[in-house]
Amino acid sequence: MVELMLTLVLQRLLWSLLVFALVAVVIFVLLELLPGDAATAYLGRTATPARTAQLRERLGLDRPAVVRFAAWTSGVLRGDFGTSLARRAPVATFLWVRLRNSLLLGLLATLISVPLALLLGVLAGLTRDRWPDLLLSLLALFSISLPEFVIGTLLIFSFSLHFTLLPAVTLVDAAAPLAELLPYTVLPTATLTLMLSGYLLSLMRTSIIDALRSEHVQMARLKGLPPLRVLLWHALPGALAPVVTASAMIIAWIIGNLVVVEAVFNYPGIGTLALNAIQDRDLPMVQAIVLVLAGCHLLINLLADLLTLALNPQLRTLRMR
Amino acid sequence: MNACSLQIDQLSLGYRTQSGQVLPVVRAVSLTLGAGETLGLVGESGCGKSTLGMALLGHLRSGNALLGGRVLVGGADVFQLERGALARLRGQQVAFVPQNASQALTPTMRLGAQATEALTLHLGMDLVAAQRQVLDLFERLRLPQAAALLRRYPHELSGGQQQRVVLAMALVRRPAWLILDEPTTGLDVITQAHVLQLLQTITREQGTGMLYISHDLEVVAQVSARVAVMYAGELVEVAPVAMLFADPNHPYTSGLLAALPHVSGQRLPAPIPGQPPALHEISPTCAFAPRCSFVTRQCHAHAPPLGPSAGPLGLAEPLLPGTVPAASIHLVRCHHAQHVATVRSSARANGAGPPALPPSSQTATHEPLLVLHEVRVSYARPSLIERVRRIPAAPATVDNLSLVVHRGETLALVGESGSGKTTLLRAIAGLKAVEAGRMSFGATDLMRSVDQRPHEVRRAIQIVFQNPDASLNPRQTIAQILAQPLRLYFGLTSARCRERAGALLERVRLAPYYLERFPGQLSGGEKQRVAIARAFAAEPELVLCDEVISALDVSVQSAVLELLNALQAEQRVAYLFITHNLAVVRAIADRVAVLYHGRLCEVGPVAGLAEPPWHPYTATLLGATGVLAAATRPMLARDRADPAPPARGCPFQRRCPHHLGPICDEESPPWQELVTGRRICCHLKL
Amino acid sequence: MLGLLFLAVHLLLAALSPLVVPYDPVAFAGGAAFAPPSAAHLFGTDNLGRDVFTRTLLGGRVALLITLAGIGLAVAWGGLLGMVLGLVGGWLDEALMRLVDAMLAIPETIFLLLIAGIVGTDHVVLILALGFLYGVGVIRIARTATLTLVAQDFVLAARARGEHQHTIVLRELLPNVLDMLLVEGALRWSWMLLAFSALSFLGFGVAPPTPDWGVMIAQNRSTFGIAPWATLFPSAAIGSLIIGINLFVGVLAKAIGLDRVDGITV
Repeated sequence: MVELMLTLVLQRLLWSLLVFALVAVVIFVLLELLPGDAATAYLGRTATPARTAQLRERLGLDRPAVVRFAAWTSGVLRGDFGTSLARRAPVATFLWVRLRNSLLLGLLATLISVPLALLLGVLAGLTRDRWPDLLLSLLALFSISLPEFVIGTLLIFSFSLHFTLLPAVTLVDAAAPLAELLPYTVLPTATLTLMLSGYLLSLMRTSIIDALRSEHVQMARLKGLPPLRVLLWHALPGALAPVVTASAMIIAWIIGNLVVVEAVFNYPGIGTLALNAIQDRDLPMVQAIVLVLAGCHLLINLLADLLTLALNPQLRTLRMR
Repeated sequence: MNACSLQIDQLSLGYRTQSGQVLPVVRAVSLTLGAGETLGLVGESGCGKSTLGMALLGHLRSGNALLGGRVLVGGADVFQLERGALARLRGQQVAFVPQNASQALTPTMRLGAQATEALTLHLGMDLVAAQRQVLDLFERLRLPQAAALLRRYPHELSGGQQQRVVLAMALVRRPAWLILDEPTTGLDVITQAHVLQLLQTITREQGTGMLYISHDLEVVAQVSARVAVMYAGELVEVAPVAMLFADPNHPYTSGLLAALPHVSGQRLPAPIPGQPPALHEISPTCAFAPRCSFVTRQCHAHAPPLGPSAGPLGLAEPLLPGTVPAASIHLVRCHHAQHVATVRSSARANGAGPPALPPSSQTATHEPLLVLHEVRVSYARPSLIERVRRIPAAPATVDNLSLVVHRGETLALVGESGSGKTTLLRAIAGLKAVEAGRMSFGATDLMRSVDQRPHEVRRAIQIVFQNPDASLNPRQTIAQILAQPLRLYFGLTSARCRERAGALLERVRLAPYYLERFPGQLSGGEKQRVAIARAFAAEPELVLCDEVISALDVSVQSAVLELLNALQAEQRVAYLFITHNLAVVRAIADRVAVLYHGRLCEVGPVAGLAEPPWHPYTATLLGATGVLAAATRPMLARDRADPAPPARGCPFQRRCPHHLGPICDEESPPWQELVTGRRICCHLKL
Repeated sequence: MLGLLFLAVHLLLAALSPLVVPYDPVAFAGGAAFAPPSAAHLFGTDNLGRDVFTRTLLGGRVALLITLAGIGLAVAWGGLLGMVLGLVGGWLDEALMRLVDAMLAIPETIFLLLIAGIVGTDHVVLILALGFLYGVGVIRIARTATLTLVAQDFVLAARARGEHQHTIVLRELLPNVLDMLLVEGALRWSWMLLAFSALSFLGFGVAPPTPDWGVMIAQNRSTFGIAPWATLFPSAAIGSLIIGINLFVGVLAKAIGLDRVDGITV
């Protein structure tokens, strides 16, 4: 049993590592496929043949692609993500602190929205087609249909311009201690929470409705069990598993796509770093950011996979028969 | 144990459609059962029997509504009970056993927790005592490793084991009433026989009353004292079992009995024409009139009442309204009950009925058509990890199988689910590669894959699948479905295809307007006819039939069998007919092959099958089908279906009641030939 | 039905609005900047005194054009490749699916920003980028659907008859896969619209002064306190379009029998 679990966990871990390695290849190839290279991109219209050649040499772009890929990956493995062209400093000096700030947003939003949305989703499922469900479903529809920059703008107007309760944009340095950063996370977190909750609520609602319609829940009712026990023991555990997988995909997606929310609030996260790097055409920086975010994506999905494994005995003991 | 009566009084239930219309599902059903009585409720799918069953626990499925009447358990109306009392009723007095155990068990809970929760909640038992009781029942129900089972999850059990767990879950509460909704329908015949026997013993001991719901008259007859027949939401006949079988008074009951394939008689079961009405089609007068051969103008004008039958017991005492009918009274809802009874008894006296021998015996030859020689097929391929870790591969799904199908004959291949029947069929069809051995068809060798076979061979071998819902493309019309083989094999133009498709529909007795329909608009039996028509469009020489009737209603099953026989007589086609039901075999096959774990146990003509000796496995199968007298029915030595066949020796070694010792485990048994031409593969001296 | 109505109105406006708008969308409209809604300017004017009503009516055209072309492209190539992979199986399928996993791990917005930033915001470039990116997600959906279908008896029956591979794909599989691709495509279209409007918002989509909802919101949100109409009307426009699509997806899924309670899947 323990051995089986260990094998399964190890198997999933190895797959994730393999995919991560593939991500590195894909990023590298994509950047190769774009017209021009880091030097021409960075110099843009100011490029002269002489300056381009000089920068190429400094960046080692005159070497063959395979060699450059090897150099990049071996650097990444040592924690060296290259040098930012625009900021003229190692990428890593900006990367980790910005990632910390972004993960803080993601974590806060997840911690608030997951319990809230799952609870409301169950409520909606239980009151299917009656007013609590209709109200919640309508809210969810709005939440998944409005772009994040609209939600963010409305929040800014309501809470910082109209009531002047909260800061609209971040005014502290990216490397500030978390405590100082915290007040600035309120509105971005609220925006993310609204976005996430809509999806999670709908997922949970669908899943619990399916579960409540299932034969084993009907059977539990026919055994004369009290409704709460039917819900908590017979309906909910099975209904949670698909929601966990899907939630993880959404959360991973949101973390990778924080750019817009961070830009709305000018929050010093990895998204705004990416936006600035693209505006500066700073390819080494972009390359590093994409790799790190892809890593986060895979990690979150891996965690969800393991959580599902724990929730679903059918997967856990599949090979035991 | 709290004995109490169960009374259903003019119960009417309806189904509310999306447009707000209320359609009748159960129509004014009245039944009274005394404490400890057993009643079988019989009817085809959609007749309202399951809805009725759940209503006895005060449960209505979503969309269903109570239209009138009462259900009294020990005098209390279940629909008037407040929530707590209803929960106690379900927990202590009336227990429900569902059809589909694999769906009815909560997949995320351990079996122990599921089985004990009702005991600890309703009977205030402590967990240890509850577990002991559950364990006791598990053991009595012959569940293997009962103690370990408490910590298992449902998916780790086989279907038969799951069904017994569900049964134990209900029995352990010692309810006054057990409502069973097709509890054995998904099971193999052998497991079914076991479960029924155990069920009977335990309920008799506990004094539990039973309402046994099933579409299968024979199963019902085994477990209940009285039978109620339901049609289109109404009771049409209620009588003690023996009386109902001997003297059915309602044309529907009579039809159902005639539709049963019977192991002892080699006759083709007679189908009931037509199909049960959909909810919105139910006539307010006699609902059976459209399918009835006794129908008169009276039947369409007046609804017949449920009254005492014409038989001796029916007239014994006149019924006063409101009086409780005694358990021995025979009730029937038909204007012509007396007529039905006389016609039937005279028909039996004359020995009339469908032909005594299957028509295929007229077409059967000794010219080999399909020859299998020591064929081996494996289903599971070892995964990369298993190969790296050198885990020995499981024995092949089908092994060392030699078999001949002659031109124009019907060979039945019998075995339980998991016996490799379908795997073998797919190998013959070229959908699954054979690992070893040879297959030939006529004069040509059969290539492993259908893609490599000559066009002519592909045309000559056709396949009909078990489930017509899945075997017809939902997005094609019947005309398109039938046109495909015609275009592929004969290169017909669209206009010619249509013409031929119409003719084919006629041959399977479907009207031409079906050409424009989609499979979703057809009933199960009609879909299977289309699937058969598609196979015959190729003008085949061999048709592989994979459990073609097991997904259909009883009254429709026999019609499909009859169709297959008629087509065989017309076209001299050979059938390889796969089934788990020995009774069907007797009705349509010339020869039979018995398969266990992908290895043959016995091959021979059907004619001598009723007489011993048999292979021990065949004997068990026959016993489960009810051919042998109850006392001589063999039980399996071990009640455990192993997922993989044994690597050496006899395939039946683990469950054989006549296990001889190491020889059975180590050496492959020899083939022994009987004078009747039957060949048996066994170490026993026959 | 409400969803269909929203969608129809939006598509109709996108097609016909150039004929009916009262003002030049890019020019000063004659009134003051930040003028509140009035009879002359139904939705008021923006920071440059342009008519918000005119710009809102026109503001979805580019987005609709690009995303419709993009989603068509995505469903076509992703659907086709997914079906082929589901049919072929084997190591090719295994390898390409890992590649799909890798592609899906790459943050979508940054990928789009990068293409737009380096290659340019030409319509064709954006269509190709969106179509490629969203097609990757479609591959997996189409493959799963195909795998489910291939195991069905009606496909087995066709194989047993010895039908050609292309007959099986075209007659047996495609009609069934198309249903599902239609629903998934519509759902992904709404995601693509959101992504595209975000691009515009960040300055990498539609180039000013062409009217576009994302651009309008980006330009006017800093003056929300003075002239909320300049932000609110384009917001309502994009919101109603996406709501319309989401409702439509629900109806579509139910009609086809893909019974997802709300049509929300990932």
